[in-house]
Amino acid sequence: MKEESISRILRTLPREKAFYFFTSIGNYTGESAASLKEFMGKISEANLKSLEFHLYRGDFEKWIAETLEDGELATEIGNLRSQNYSGTVLKEHLYNILTKHYEKLISKF
Amino acid sequence: MKFKNNSLALDTTDLKILEALQEDAKQTYTAIGKRLGIAHSTVYDRIKRMEQYGIIRKYTTVIDAEKAGAKNITAIMTIYTDPKESEKVAEKLCKAPEVLEVYTSLSEELQIIAKVVAENQESLHEFIANLVAPLPGVLRIRTSIVTKKFKETQFSIGNDQKKLTFIRETHNKMGENKP
Repeated sequence: MKEESISRILRTLPREKAFYFFTSIGNYTGESAASLKEFMGKISEANLKSLEFHLYRGDFEKWIAETLEDGELATEIGNLRSQNYSGTVLKEHLYNILTKHYEKLISKF
Repeated sequence: MKFKNNSLALDTTDLKILEALQEDAKQTYTAIGKRLGIAHSTVYDRIKRMEQYGIIRKYTTVIDAEKAGAKNITAIMTIYTDPKESEKVAEKLCKAPEVLEVYTSLSEELQIIAKVVAENQESLHEFIANLVAPLPGVLRIRTSIVTKKFKETQFSIGNDQKKLTFIRETHNKMGENKP
């Protein structure tokens, strides 16, 4: 991956492009993330219901692919959906994928 | 009809005219006059005056959305906001065509309550996630989707004498409070 692409993935987005955490249709938790680093932090603290809601709707992979423009990470998270994880197990797997990917990006930067 | 401090105090005839218009805004001045036992010119003058003073805000059509073929869902959104930003949030919501009504309420926190319509649950969520949650000052949102409507009506003057007296007194008091 080119340095330019990595820099783009790691950028901080404007507020309107951030990821907003909901627990169900229309129920916003008040938490949002405007960068991959912030997203990782929010995932580690997020309500489990919110993680399940967004993962199984495909919201995480959509935001990562279309807004952060990180296709590789989006695919990895998409694969997690087929595992049918829930609760803390889901949170751990999600967080592990994100931290590994983030560290990989940072090491190449 | 009395004037006090540039406001209009309504009498029983005015209230009866309003009641008649609320039942059917398309009826003629003559029909209203006949019903109330007053001249159509009196009806005309009073209606014009109430329009000028904004008591009659507009004449509109009430549509049965379901019969018109619209398959929308309705939801009530409670938006908890930073008090410093609440006015701006409410103003932004008022501009959105999806939002039908907007109110503010103060309990433990400042809340904005809004009635929203959307084509389906997904478009409701898209609207809230993309346009409401990102507004500065929005702290969190609770949304309830309406599953059954038991009553929906506009405020009505009605024909109850007690109600008329109450409305008249309230309106007079409001007039007295104006500078």
